[in-house]
Amino acid sequence: MPIQTSVVNKDTRFRDIIVETIGPEIFDCYQCSKCSAGCPVSFSMDILPHQMIRSVLFNQQEKVLAANTIWTCASCETCTTRCPNDIDIAKVMDVLRQLQQESGRPSTVPKVSQFHAAFLGAIQKNGRVHELSMMQDFSLKSGDLKEKLKTGGWKNDVKLGLKMFLRGKLKLLPHKCRAVADVRKIFNQAKEHKKA
Amino acid sequence: MKVSFFPGCSLEGTAREYGESIEAVCKNLDIDLEELPDWNCCGASSAHCTNEFLSVALPARNLALAEESRQDLVTPCAACFSRLKTAEKALAEEKDIDLGVSFRGDINILHILELFCRDELTDHIEQQVTKPLAGLKTVCYYGCLLVRPPKIVAARHWEDPHTLDRLMTALGAESIHWPYKTECCGGSMVLTNTDIFHHLIGRILDMAIEAGAECIVTACPLCMANLDTREEELSEAKGTNYNLPVFYFTELMGLAFGDQDAGTWFNRHIVDPTPLLKAKGLL
Repeated sequence: MPIQTSVVNKDTRFRDIIVETIGPEIFDCYQCSKCSAGCPVSFSMDILPHQMIRSVLFNQQEKVLAANTIWTCASCETCTTRCPNDIDIAKVMDVLRQLQQESGRPSTVPKVSQFHAAFLGAIQKNGRVHELSMMQDFSLKSGDLKEKLKTGGWKNDVKLGLKMFLRGKLKLLPHKCRAVADVRKIFNQAKEHKKA
Repeated sequence: MKVSFFPGCSLEGTAREYGESIEAVCKNLDIDLEELPDWNCCGASSAHCTNEFLSVALPARNLALAEESRQDLVTPCAACFSRLKTAEKALAEEKDIDLGVSFRGDINILHILELFCRDELTDHIEQQVTKPLAGLKTVCYYGCLLVRPPKIVAARHWEDPHTLDRLMTALGAESIHWPYKTECCGGSMVLTNTDIFHHLIGRILDMAIEAGAECIVTACPLCMANLDTREEELSEAKGTNYNLPVFYFTELMGLAFGDQDAGTWFNRHIVDPTPLLKAKGLL
């Protein structure tokens, strides 16, 4: 990627947030592309991991948060593991996902945040994730069910669900752990933290 | 030996046979698993993708509970393991956030595979083998979070791990060396990015078959679910016919130990492994 100095945004507030969480190692990136070479899902990304790091350093907030990269990243940690400069690239992706969700702007792959919302909602409700109700919640709220009713994809889901049920792999009722009050307190603290 | 046990959410549902086989194997090895009382979900990927505080505070509560018992904490799920280890590191570094829990770091946090690989258990495991898995060709699939990032999970060999391979060899199976030991199964993308997910599991299955494996061995509920439950769907999407059995490694331990309940674990699989095991004279 040729360096175009004209694209460097002088306002460093965006980069500062990321440096604060990740550490100053991010400045050591010399664009070796090892992260992108080892990434198992790079084929699906519009901006490759090493390019994302460069863009972060250039303060290109709009470009980075609009990339589908943050939503197709599988959090497999290969990039972080192999980076010769100790940059926690997977965590950069985490921070970018967090910032994108906080921004309230629509995501390029909305299903991913909808899944996370359903998953965290399940924890908040019972302290633990009850797989069946979490899946139902995700399916309804993300429009996944609607889509599958149109395409006929629901048939496969029903077939697999039935197989799992018959094999005793679907727990029908959630287990509410007694710690649910503690867990909800953690969620409230997390909200406060975000505001701060 | 007594340890605290953090089962994780899937052991009550989709990974039921993992829980059942762990219980049986630990009984054989005189390991007393004491379930952590009132444990909560570790937050998995959804917490670290959404909120930094949540991603540490949720597992940290479990760490504090475990430390009260003064026993090492063992978990069978690679994702839970990764989140618990990440929280351990964050608490040790005392990042500016007050998590409201006290954790001194006096206990060890282990994935259950690591527990079985401890020196004092290696001989014990070999002695328990009454039905060696002779002739069973396996590939060991470690996935991502059991070994990465090594700075967090303290893996000694992260590109080419061999703890599970050694265990399979000790059980009498043939463990084939293959290059996709630590490839990614896609995790929760099974629900959110189906095309990418199919690509990822397709290449794992193809490579296992190319390597000459008759089955895949896993140590993670999500890896297992993503492979075992989706072979039929992938076959339809690609016009192929995948039928490669996938096992939790503890199921194969139980089988080799001659456990009478092994059949019920295998009956829970979507890809039926019994024809393979019968052909090898193991069932």
